[in-house]
Amino acid sequence: MDITTQHVEAPPPAPRPKQAEQKRAARGATRPGDRIFLGLSRGSGIFLLVIMAAIAVFLTYRASLAISKDDGNFLTTFEWNTNLNPPVFGIAVLAFGTVVSSIIAMVIAVPIAVAIALFLTHYAPRKLSGLIAYVIDLLAAVPSIVYGLWGALILVPHMTGLFGWLDEYLGWTGIFSWDGGAPRSMLTVGILLAIMILPIITNVSREVFRQVPQMHEEAALALGATRWEVIRIAVIPFGRSGVISASMLGLGRALGETMAVATVLSPTFDIQASLLDPGGGTFAQNIASKFGEATTQGRDALIASGLVLFVITLLVNGAARAIIARRKEYSGANA
Amino acid sequence: MKLQRMNRRALSLGALAVSGALALTACGSDDTGGSSDSSASSSANASAIKCDDAKGQLLADGSSAQKNAIDAWVKQFTQACSGVQINYKGGGSGAGVTAFTQGQVAFAGSDSALKPEEVTASKSVCSGGQGIDLPMVGGPIALGYNVAGVDNLVLDAKTLALIFNDKITNWNDKAIKALNPDAKLPDLKIQAFHRSDESGTTDNFTKYLIASAKSDWPYEGGKAWQAKGGQSAAGSSGVAQQVKQTNGAIGYFELSYVGDAVKPVTIDTGASAPVEATVENATKAIADAKVVGTGKDLSLELNYATKAEGAYPITLVTYEIVCDKGNKAATLPATKAFLRYLASEDGQNVLTSIKYAPIPADIIAKVRTTVEGLS
Repeated sequence: MDITTQHVEAPPPAPRPKQAEQKRAARGATRPGDRIFLGLSRGSGIFLLVIMAAIAVFLTYRASLAISKDDGNFLTTFEWNTNLNPPVFGIAVLAFGTVVSSIIAMVIAVPIAVAIALFLTHYAPRKLSGLIAYVIDLLAAVPSIVYGLWGALILVPHMTGLFGWLDEYLGWTGIFSWDGGAPRSMLTVGILLAIMILPIITNVSREVFRQVPQMHEEAALALGATRWEVIRIAVIPFGRSGVISASMLGLGRALGETMAVATVLSPTFDIQASLLDPGGGTFAQNIASKFGEATTQGRDALIASGLVLFVITLLVNGAARAIIARRKEYSGANA
Repeated sequence: MKLQRMNRRALSLGALAVSGALALTACGSDDTGGSSDSSASSSANASAIKCDDAKGQLLADGSSAQKNAIDAWVKQFTQACSGVQINYKGGGSGAGVTAFTQGQVAFAGSDSALKPEEVTASKSVCSGGQGIDLPMVGGPIALGYNVAGVDNLVLDAKTLALIFNDKITNWNDKAIKALNPDAKLPDLKIQAFHRSDESGTTDNFTKYLIASAKSDWPYEGGKAWQAKGGQSAAGSSGVAQQVKQTNGAIGYFELSYVGDAVKPVTIDTGASAPVEATVENATKAIADAKVVGTGKDLSLELNYATKAEGAYPITLVTYEIVCDKGNKAATLPATKAFLRYLASEDGQNVLTSIKYAPIPADIIAKVRTTVEGLS
C-alpha cells in the first residue's frame, strides 16, 4: 500500500535516457546470466498462464457437459438431483443462499470491524490495543471446521432466545417470522460468517486507519474538533477506500466458506422468505456435501455450480474495484 | 504494512493451529477403538485367517456406512497377516466406485450395486472380466427420536412417510396416537431431520417408504433427499447430533448412533408384533432378499415391504466391489485373503458386536464360493 508516500513530495522522475538504457539491457541481455534469468522468468510467466487456461478450459468443458444433460433449467430449477436419468439440477437456491448469507455477514461484520479498528487506533491504550489485535489475529487463525463445530454445538442452541425475540417483535415483516424449528437457518449462518470475517476486515482497517497522516488529525484538533469529529472528518474519509477493500476481502471469504456453513445450516432446495426458518443452501456447502457420493455426472454438475460461484465472485470484485476507483478522487488518500 | 512482524505472528499462530488440529484429530479418528476391542476378544482366532502369500498394500475406498466394520476387520486381519496393509478411505460410495472404475483401488465399498454403465466402465480395468458386487455387511437403519417423556414409540410406513413429507407436524397427531395408545404424546412440533449430503442411507430409507407407503411418498427415491420441508444435517453423525440436541426431533441413521437421549422407533410392519431395530431382526429381513445379480454378481434386492415375523424392513446392505477376473496380480492374493476373511464365520461374527448385521447364511455361502473363484 503506497498510502504512506502520498503526502510526501513525489521524487522527481528519473531521467528518461537511463530508464531506456535499463530496458534495453533487460531485453537484449548480453551476459549468459541475464539471458538465463530472462528465460526462466518469462517461462514461469507463460507456464502460469497455460495452467490457468488449462484449468479454465477443463472446468468449462465439464460444466458444459453437465448443463447439456440437465433436464431442468440450470439457472431457475429448485432441485439438485444428479442421479436421475436425465438429471435435474439448478443453482437458483444456491445463488440466493450464497448472496443472502454473505449480505447478512457483511451487515453485521463491517460496522463492528470498523468500530474495533477505530477503537484500537484512536481510543485504546497502547498495551490493550496490542493485546486485542493479537486476539483478533488468533480468531483469524482458527480453521473453519472448528467454527463449524462451535456453531453447531454452541451457537445454534443459543440462538433460540434471539429468534423468539425477533419473531415476537419483527415477525410481522415476514423476514423474521419463525416456526420454532431448530435455528439452523440463513441468519445463524450469517452470524457465524460475520464472526469468521471479522478479523480480516478489522486487521486491514486498522492498518489503514494507522496510516492517517498525523498532520490531518492535528489540523482538525487545532480547529477545535473533538476526538469523534477528528475521526469523522479526517480518519474515516481517508480510510474509506481501504475499508471497502478490507470488506471485499471479508466478502470473498464469506462467499466461499464451505465447512462452517455445511455444519451449521440445515440445507434444503427451497427458498424461504424468512431468514429464521431452516432452508436454502450455498454453492460451497452444496459442493462439499454432495461431492463424496456424486457420480461423474454429479461431479460435472457440481463443477458447473462452482463456475457460477466464480463468476459471482468476479462480479463482486469488479464492482468493488469500480467503487474504490470512483471514491479515490474524493477520499483523503489523494488530499 | 509491517510484514515482518505479521509474519512472525502468523508463524506462531500457524504452529498453534497445527498443534491444535493434531490434538483434535488424535481424538477424532479413533471412535471405533472401544467397540472393536470387544470384538477382538470375542473372536480373535488369528489362526483361522488364511494369509496365503498375501503381501503389500491394499488400497480401497467407498461407503462410509461400512467404514466402522472395515476398520474392525482390518484390525483383526492385519494382526494375523502382518505383511498386508489395508487402507480403506471412507470417501463415500460414489467416490469408491469412481476410484474402482479408474483402477485406483483393489476393491471398493458401495451401498448400492453397480449400475450397467458402471459395469461397462469396469471392463477396462478388469482385463477379461468385470466388476461384481459381493454383499458383506448389513445394517439396520434406525429411526431415532427425541421426545421428552416418550420411551416407546411405534410407527408404521404410512405415518413415517407423512412425518417426513411434512404432512404430520405435531407429536399428538391422531395417526401417531392410534399406534401408541398408551404413550403420553406431548403437544410438540415434530422436527424431522434428513441427510443434507447424498447417501446410501437416504436411498435405502426412501426405498422402504416407496415400497410400503407409495401413496404417501410420491418421490422417485435415490441418494439425494427429494421431499420438501423438514430439516437436514450432514452425515449420519450430524443427523444423530441434531436429534440428540432437539426436543421433538426424529431422524434416520445407522443403529450404532442410537444412544442416551436418542431412542429407536419400533416399526409396525404388519407382522403380528411391531419389530424393534436390532441386528438380528435386520438379518432376518435380509434373508427375505432375492439375489438379482447375474453370473458371479451377487447384488441383492431387498424386500422392503416384508411382513415376515421379526424382520426389520429398513435395512441397508453394503457391497464390496471387485473384478471377477483380471484383478491386478500384485494385489490379488491380499484382496482374496481379506475378502475370504470378511465372508468367513469369524469375519461375520465381528459385525454383531459393532451393531452391524451379518449376511444370512445361504447368501454368504455364495459369497464365499465367489471369493474363492476370483482371479
